[in-house]
Amino acid sequence: MNLSDHPFFVWPFVAGMAFLCIYLPAVYLKWLRKTSARDRKKISAAIFSVKTIRAIREIFSECLLHRRIFRFNPTLGYMHMSLAFGWFLLIVVGKTETMLYTRDGFNPPYLPVFFKYFYPDHIPANFKGLFFLTLMDLLLLFVLSGLTLAIFKRFKSKFLGMKKSTRHILPDRIALTFLWLIFPLRWLAESLTSGVYNAGGFFTLSSGRALASLLPAEQLLLPAWWAYSIALGGFFVALPFSRYMHIFTEAALILLKHWGVKTTQRANGYTDFEIHSCSRCGICANVCQLSADAGINHSQAVYFLRDLRYNRLQPETAENCLFCGRCSAACPVDIQVDDIRLQQRTNRANRCAPAIRRPAAQLPGTPETGGVLYFAGCMTHLTPSVKEAIRTILNRADVKFSILDEAGGICCGRPAMQAGFRQQAESIIQQTTEMILRSEASLLLVSCPICYKVFNEEYQLPIPVKHHSVFFKELAAAKPELFKNSRKRITYHDSCELGRGSGIYEEPRELLRRVAHLVPTAHEREDALCCGGSLANLAISPAQRDLITDTAYEQLIAPAPDYVVTSCPMCKKTFSKGKRDIPVVDIAEALQMALTPEEKPVRVKVGKKAEVLA
Amino acid sequence: MYQHNRYQKGKPQQVAVVGAGVAGLSAALTLKKQGVGVVVFEKDESPGGHLQQWHALFPDREPAAGVLDLLKQEVSEQKISLRTQTEVAAVTPSGDKFRIETSQGEQNEFDAVLLATGFQLFDAARKEEYGYGIYQRVITSAGLEQRLGHGGTGLTVNGRPPHRVAFVHCVGSRDEKVGNHYCSKVCCVTGVKQAITIKEHFPQCEVLNFYMDLRMFGTGYEELYREAQEKWGVMFIRGRVSEASQMYDGTIQLKAEDTLMGRPVRATVDWLVLLVGMEPEKRAQLWARSLGLRTGQAGFFSSPEKFLHPSLTTVNGVFTAGACTGPASIPESVSQGRAAAISVLEFLAKKDEAGK
Repeated sequence: MNLSDHPFFVWPFVAGMAFLCIYLPAVYLKWLRKTSARDRKKISAAIFSVKTIRAIREIFSECLLHRRIFRFNPTLGYMHMSLAFGWFLLIVVGKTETMLYTRDGFNPPYLPVFFKYFYPDHIPANFKGLFFLTLMDLLLLFVLSGLTLAIFKRFKSKFLGMKKSTRHILPDRIALTFLWLIFPLRWLAESLTSGVYNAGGFFTLSSGRALASLLPAEQLLLPAWWAYSIALGGFFVALPFSRYMHIFTEAALILLKHWGVKTTQRANGYTDFEIHSCSRCGICANVCQLSADAGINHSQAVYFLRDLRYNRLQPETAENCLFCGRCSAACPVDIQVDDIRLQQRTNRANRCAPAIRRPAAQLPGTPETGGVLYFAGCMTHLTPSVKEAIRTILNRADVKFSILDEAGGICCGRPAMQAGFRQQAESIIQQTTEMILRSEASLLLVSCPICYKVFNEEYQLPIPVKHHSVFFKELAAAKPELFKNSRKRITYHDSCELGRGSGIYEEPRELLRRVAHLVPTAHEREDALCCGGSLANLAISPAQRDLITDTAYEQLIAPAPDYVVTSCPMCKKTFSKGKRDIPVVDIAEALQMALTPEEKPVRVKVGKKAEVLA
Repeated sequence: MYQHNRYQKGKPQQVAVVGAGVAGLSAALTLKKQGVGVVVFEKDESPGGHLQQWHALFPDREPAAGVLDLLKQEVSEQKISLRTQTEVAAVTPSGDKFRIETSQGEQNEFDAVLLATGFQLFDAARKEEYGYGIYQRVITSAGLEQRLGHGGTGLTVNGRPPHRVAFVHCVGSRDEKVGNHYCSKVCCVTGVKQAITIKEHFPQCEVLNFYMDLRMFGTGYEELYREAQEKWGVMFIRGRVSEASQMYDGTIQLKAEDTLMGRPVRATVDWLVLLVGMEPEKRAQLWARSLGLRTGQAGFFSSPEKFLHPSLTTVNGVFTAGACTGPASIPESVSQGRAAAISVLEFLAKKDEAGK
């Protein structure tokens, strides 16, 4: 039988691949044209620079090796790596093998894919040939092992460190079916061929011999190659419409990111790249506290991005999020999903934007040129013990300061921004900026991380902005005589906005180690839990919030500390809901308690009645 | 209904009453008068519960001390066994009786147990935005009550009468943010009563009440509310105070919204009084857990037959009365104590019947 009489079975594969080769560049070009002219300028400036090499390095480690997933869970990492890197190697090694055999660099693309079909009786004459034959079999085994894990994960996700697997939609299921069929079919076709011709690598030959003894191998041979080709072609056609679009888009996204393109306030072409880069691995849903504690399972990053991609986003899905940033921190593709969510909120908010009254401009209490200007913000006004602690410490350290919002409520603009009222937020920012500039202070001190983040990112101030944990850390280093170590056992709660939001993890810890005995908790730094009080979630019910708060509090008090320290008045306020046996205090209060007793500082009362009859 | 002297034939049946507040004492008196042996356990030094700290009672502003003295006098006349400074550590069923273990390690068996453990005041420091425990001039309604005696000298500022006093209603009640959804019921009228007393002492002082709703449910309450406005000129502003901060001279600046006028309000006051609500005693919840008693959502004891037999609990032989079943006024606590005593007697009679 002359096998080359039946080359028709390659057509499903060729057609699928041709479709991908036309569709993908077209759609990427469309998205690129939707990016801003500034972004495109950035791209053309960076395309032939070292940035591209760095991007390729990241593509290799993330798209193929899946380093970040490995860090999350090694078995899960192996699963992703064996499928991606294994397949990649099958392509590269297969192509090399074909080139060596045919001594022709320009063989048709289907030749390496169906190599065994075209050269079934190929028995390597030298060591090099044998090496490739064995290597290809090993790689097939490698991919099949990953596939086994993937199938296993569908039914028992806990085994791979996942609480649950992502719920899939129809295009995903179709693509997934094709994908799962590809490698078993390849193995079947290659084995049958090896069995019939009694030639092949260690794995396919042995399985081929076994199959040939059981089945009419010769008759099944061609249908098996057809099936393999159809699975490949079907997968390629389904790919752009399913989650597997991420395979190529993620690489494109990494390139764009390295070339300096960033998520903007409004959705553009870059957003399309981001949305399509999501592989729906579900790691974000796995770290989401809404899911773990409050039973909310529809609004996680993975579902938000999916619904946005397929144009079926319900407003509630965009709103039901704490903006704690745990998903972005855990995302193996590094998609800035909070920013994308904000884009959607802005779109919606603009349709129902209220007119806001601009606050009456007021000068701070006693403007002092060159001093520290302290902005308490609304949350610190609601936790006056924090404000008083800061005042006491600053006075004690002889720091010249004035309070910007002592008399009147002015806003940093962040809540409006998080609700999507961009324009209104900008108006507030402008107003507050004017007041800060008029004070002629040399430094802006902020005790609320929510304000701190917006001062840092959205205000263009000529003076430095410091969160009080950083400011006090420097103060304590400069004037160590002011503080003593209480030896009290404490745990530290990283607030979302200061930690993941602003990257400040070490300064508060350094300061706390100076004044108390800091013990670690189960969730620290990037992995810290959200207190649940987030201003950003406009859809969650109070009872659901409580569940999140209770879980976060429980893990903070698990090491049995004397008290819990946080650096966000909002977290403090949230944790104070309900009767708490172990108090939560702000870092400023912890520091105030550690002041050396020279001048008899006012002691902070924690949950105690301080009423004395006059 | 009851054979008055039946219990005196043999050894009288014994009932433990936990808590010597008005509910506990009323119940103990009723039981004793029916010939039942009663022991009242009280963790404080003296009987009377929260009544001891109160200056005058709404709606008639009758001195609290008078009511308390009458009650105490009756307790001593009836020779009720009162064990003060004795905390009940554990209540455990033992056969058809209940074993009570005190903090001193003493153990005794009783035929029935009546829990009248009362309430605890909401810790106002949990509403940090009002500055309680941080600023000197922020006090609770309970703290104010103690300053109202002696012509209100406890409220003078540097020897001068206060210019302005503000009350904040619903502190720790009907407040999602502290996790208390229920109404504490007595604070509205307490605020009105206290406002009038301040006006009586200092007619020139301006008194403001920040409220959400005013619930004047009891006899004479609505009239008192009207009197406060018409006769005393007390001002009522519908809106919650959002924050309080201390000024350089120790006065307190408030920010609030007048929701009827639709305007933000700012006021500087000499005293800020927080009308704190009632919460279940922590101890009561411990018992509930160990005895298997049912509590309602807010943590107060709740009866399986709350319409016809409100003093019953899910444990046969254990009864409840007073504010441990939910916020209650003094007259309500007294009635509940007496009603619970009747339920206890019915239970004892049945038990006695069964024992024959």
